[in-house]
Amino acid sequence: MEKEQFYYDNKIVKMFLWATILWGVVGMLVGLLVALLFVFPGLLEFTGSDNAISWLSFGRLRPLHTNAVIFAFVGNGIFLGIYYSTQRLLKTRMFNDVLSRIHFWGWQAIIVAAAITLPLGLTSSKEYAELEWPIDIVVVLIWVVFAINLFGTILKRRQRHIYVAIWFYIATVITIAVLYIFNNLEMPVSAFKSYSVYSGVQDALVQWWYGHNAVAFFLTTPVLGLMYYFVPKVANRPVYSYRLSIIHFWTLIFLYIWAGPHHLLYTALPEWARNLGTVFSVMLIFPSWGGMINGLLTLRGAWDKVRENPVLKFFVVAITGYGMATFEGPMLSFKNLNAIGHYTDWIVGHVHIGALAWNGFMIAGIVYWLAEKLWKTPLYSKKLANTHFWLGTLGILFYAIPLYVAGFTQAFMWKQFNPDGTLVYGNFLETVTQVIPMYAMRAIGGTLYLTGFVLLAINIIKTAKAGSTVEDELAEAAPLKKISGKRIAGEGFHTWLERKTVLFTILTTVAILIGGLVEIVPLILVKSNIPTIESVKPYTPLELEGRDIYIREGCNNCHSQMIRPFRSEVERYGEYSKAGEFVYDFPFLWGSRRTGPDVHRIGGKYNDNWHFNHMLDPRSTSPGSIMPRYSWLIKNDMNASNLESKMEGLVGLGVPYTEEEIKGAKQALLTQAKEIENNLRQDPEFVKNYGSSNIENKEIVALIAYLQRLGTDIKANNTALK
Amino acid sequence: MLKFIKHNLESIEGVEIYPIISLVLFFLVFSTMIVFVFKLPKRRIDNLSNLPFDNDTNTKEKSDE
Repeated sequence: MEKEQFYYDNKIVKMFLWATILWGVVGMLVGLLVALLFVFPGLLEFTGSDNAISWLSFGRLRPLHTNAVIFAFVGNGIFLGIYYSTQRLLKTRMFNDVLSRIHFWGWQAIIVAAAITLPLGLTSSKEYAELEWPIDIVVVLIWVVFAINLFGTILKRRQRHIYVAIWFYIATVITIAVLYIFNNLEMPVSAFKSYSVYSGVQDALVQWWYGHNAVAFFLTTPVLGLMYYFVPKVANRPVYSYRLSIIHFWTLIFLYIWAGPHHLLYTALPEWARNLGTVFSVMLIFPSWGGMINGLLTLRGAWDKVRENPVLKFFVVAITGYGMATFEGPMLSFKNLNAIGHYTDWIVGHVHIGALAWNGFMIAGIVYWLAEKLWKTPLYSKKLANTHFWLGTLGILFYAIPLYVAGFTQAFMWKQFNPDGTLVYGNFLETVTQVIPMYAMRAIGGTLYLTGFVLLAINIIKTAKAGSTVEDELAEAAPLKKISGKRIAGEGFHTWLERKTVLFTILTTVAILIGGLVEIVPLILVKSNIPTIESVKPYTPLELEGRDIYIREGCNNCHSQMIRPFRSEVERYGEYSKAGEFVYDFPFLWGSRRTGPDVHRIGGKYNDNWHFNHMLDPRSTSPGSIMPRYSWLIKNDMNASNLESKMEGLVGLGVPYTEEEIKGAKQALLTQAKEIENNLRQDPEFVKNYGSSNIENKEIVALIAYLQRLGTDIKANNTALK
Repeated sequence: MLKFIKHNLESIEGVEIYPIISLVLFFLVFSTMIVFVFKLPKRRIDNLSNLPFDNDTNTKEKSDE
């Protein structure tokens, strides 16, 4: 058959490559900055202790770090690999150059918007889904552009069969769309403020359904696709077992649909299903570890190359990291290990094995290898790449190991009792100061890793300068002959399925949608099944404003609001949290990490003056605290201009505010603020320093109102529970 | 953490049907897939795993049909 000539679009690959490097440096730099704040809490308070800069506080920078690394660094890295490999695997240029450019620039615009809005405190507070509703809409639009471009390319391909890497890309595109939309359903109340349509328990379930699967389908499946293309390419030998890769794919996407409801509803299962489930859980170690083994064994007979080729070194550590993280994940789902890991630094260490080793090293390897291909010149310095490898590997170890130690230390200190039944470390701060040396070592690990990555940036810039500037690569291939859509003689079912891409995509979609539905339906039903508690009432207008300040400052990044039913936690914090207490929490604010103590029962524990002084300078009330100062809360006027629309929005979501309450909201707010100011004036120190300023109009008053309300609903009427 | 709130899902009437649906579906798909995968002829598997190296022509595919 006559061959056709065409050009691969290398320009778009290069664009994503530069973006990956740029955002990699930025994301890791912010990460290092927040890591340093654990050791030097006053690091960014260079404007004087009374003039702290709000957008440099930990609670606002931490989401910036996570979003930058996940969506900007790994996101661009995924697109870079997908745009390169898809064209070659399908023997065609991308479907449409304009769509490629819209995808690229749109994605960068989203990142810039995130980098501006998150430090400004415009956040929905839901982890890895913090962006506010206007940006969410743009994310969905750009994702659709990417999907059209990818499927368009698949449809105009010159290769009959689609390789396993492409299946992983297809699953990623579809699943992320479903997850993102469901978790980000919000009720906008102003241009940059919205409330999650779910509350409390339901919101938590939806959020962590998203959180868990986002790790699976944004940080795992696309990167596995890249592994299945780039590892064989670099090692110059086909994947160890193609059969295993098929099993790996279908199991991974089906596993998540099954594992989701299984984890949530395990005890509701009848005996036979439970037994089958247990057998399956054991069997399933085979395919997920099969993926790792498949990657590593692709290097069979090529291990000598690993010594010389830095790219392969990166791949070996990356795939090992994948194996470690996917082993640790199931371990952490065991009840007793989860009780240790949850809320501690163990989780932070665990995710960084995934991020630094699996994602970061996979991308680094791909970038080094592609630099030579894209600029048609040898790498500027192999030595530098090797240095990067060793700095990075040391960085990972220095990062993860101290945090594992810190995690176990925290968990055990939190639980330790004296013989008389009191807590050994009754003051939470003791458990913080104990692990500060670990935080210092973690920061060193981060520095090493970042230094290595900067070497990559230098190496690639030098390589690009020395190389050619040709953007398009000529290739030729015969167009596809029309053959029957039905199975031809001797053709296996899966082989046939692979060339029927539309059907394949539909099947994948059906797989994840059924999985999504069997998981989402119970989540939608759960709301009416939460036992209501008579004494739990909606927040007052002032508390609502205070809660929004709590969200804006990202307090949930360090403080949980969920007391587990453990003796040690009830002793430390008070009565354990009940599902019915959170029915008016749009969104839920349980947090995932206790850098500071739980605050669910903080209401009434301290007086208003304590909170005032603590926000102004945490070290004045709690020596050794690593919490930032929130001096701007005392200076900023409270902006309650959206109060009515916020309350009306919440009424739309089911909060029983009456019309009179909404009409009288501003007045009620002022009355409550005045009360708090009167309380504050009981302290002569306060009167001396702040007596002349109208504190009742400041943000601090709203925050105090919210904190004093927390967890008090059931304190007032304990009998309602029984 | 979610384990402390999961019991709220279990109080939903007939909820056990959801994990059963997904388990049965998963079981069926998984077993069918395993059978198909192991029935794939070696020649096809070799061709498929060589796709990343098939850089300029699809002659292989032609000889294959």
